[in-house]
This record gives sequence, structure tokens and C-alpha cells, in this order.
Amino acid sequence: MKSANELLAGKGTHEAWTPLLEMATREVFELMLGCQLTIPAAAEEPIPEVTAMVGLAGQLCGVLSVRCDGKAAALMTSKMLGVELDKVGPEISDAIGEVCNMVAGNFKNKIAGLAEGCLLSPPTVITGSNYSLHCLAESPGLELRLLFERMPIVISLEIHS
Amino acid sequence: MAICALIVDDSSVMRKIVERSLRQAGLDLTKVFEAGNGAEALVVLQTNPVDLILCDINMPVMDGLEFIKQLPGVANAKGVPVVMITTEGSESHVVEALSHGARGYIRKPFTPEQVKEHVVPVLEGKS
Repeated sequence: MKSANELLAGKGTHEAWTPLLEMATREVFELMLGCQLTIPAAAEEPIPEVTAMVGLAGQLCGVLSVRCDGKAAALMTSKMLGVELDKVGPEISDAIGEVCNMVAGNFKNKIAGLAEGCLLSPPTVITGSNYSLHCLAESPGLELRLLFERMPIVISLEIHS
Repeated sequence: MAICALIVDDSSVMRKIVERSLRQAGLDLTKVFEAGNGAEALVVLQTNPVDLILCDINMPVMDGLEFIKQLPGVANAKGVPVVMITTEGSESHVVEALSHGARGYIRKPFTPEQVKEHVVPVLEGKS
């Protein structure tokens, strides 16, 4: 396993992390929600009604985000809590924040050096779709588009340094 | 095995997941106390004896490592096993938690089987 510094120093380093980000995401959904994520036939952009973000600081600085529409967020919460969909209430933000937190933690734990050298912020969750996110990072980030129960979700990693 | 547990995590959803995992592990939970951080957990322990504590590390106000450092001064926590449940994969955090008396360490994401593997031996005094 390459260390974070080796990967960052190499060419096309960030793309090398995409499979790890996908694996980290899939594991969270399989273990904590009991479902398999699938790959969409065509890129679908969810209405980003719920966006969870976790900051990374240390050897890797950036922001990992999970965004999806409200229906997907409610279903994730339902599966995490083990309750019927119509019983889901204000826990949605907490649940999606925790999903984002686990994806970020699981991702960094898969890269040598990052488990020790990278800290996570508490999750921040935005609800509502009428917003623009401006990232000042110079390097291109990673983006995964997957389907959760046939609903699109997007996992992004904006890398600042 | 009938036990009383304290679950400490800043996410209420995660506290529910941990409780469900304990029940799926076959534990007979007679009472479950919840706390959103270490400071709240210390207040709970002042008046409530428990048999098991499951604790996150990264929490606001008082994190899990500070919480277990303060446990020796709490009468109701004497001899009570503490198992950390966290996304934090840092080896130094694991070592620090174990050095302050944590009896186990579960990384999120986890399965109910993993919770059972870590918690049951601790309760049976095998770990």
C-alpha cells in the first residue's frame, strides 16, 4: 500500500484513489444499511436536497461530501434506524452526516499514513437545493456517481492539498 | 445475559444502531442510557450504575479519550468494561484508548456480528 505522500507526489495521484473511495463507500452502505450500491448506466445528477460534508485536515486537506435527494436521504435513514420510511423524521441530517463521516473515515483508513496523519471534522449537513458550492481547491477532485436503491447519489472529494 | 448499557456518541442515529446491534448480538438489555458526549456520560454515571459502556472517540465538548481518562474517578464505572466504537482508525488512538482501560475497539462501519465478537467476550471476562 502506498503512503499518502507517495500518492500525492506521483503523477495522476488523485485518480488512483477513486477505487479506494468507491470501496470505502460501498462498505459503509453494505455494512450499515444492508444494501449494494450499483453503477448507473448514464450519469444522473440528483437534486441535491441533502448534502453532508466532512472536512479532512493534516496530510490530506479537503472536503468529502455526499449528496442526494430527499427521498434517498430518508430511505438511508430508514435503513440505518431499521424503521419504516414513514416513521423517519428529523434524524435525516444526523444519518446522512454519519454516512459521510463513515465514508471519510473508511476512505482515509485505506491509505497508508492517512489513518494516523489526517483528522476529520464533525459532519456539516445542508438541506435544500438552492445553493452553490464554490471550492477554491486548485487540484481536481474525485467524484463518484452511484445508485442507492436506483436513486442517484454523488460522493465527492475536493482535495485542497 | 441481562445488562444495563451506556452508549456514548454524538450521533443519535448511531446510538440507535449500536443499541440494535447489541440486541442482535443476543444481549438482554434491561436498560440503555444514551449520552451525546463524554461530559454527558459522566453525568449519567453519577446516578446510574451500568454493566457496559460503548463510546465513540470524536465528539464535541468531551471526546471519548478524555472520557475514559476520567472514568477511574467515577464510582459507578469501577470495573465496567468500555468498548470504543469509532471511525477513527489511528493506531495511536487505539493504543491510547487501550492504555486508559478500554477493553475493545470497533471500527465503523461495523456489522452486528463484529459488535458481538468484541462485546460478548468482554462481558464474559475473556478479554
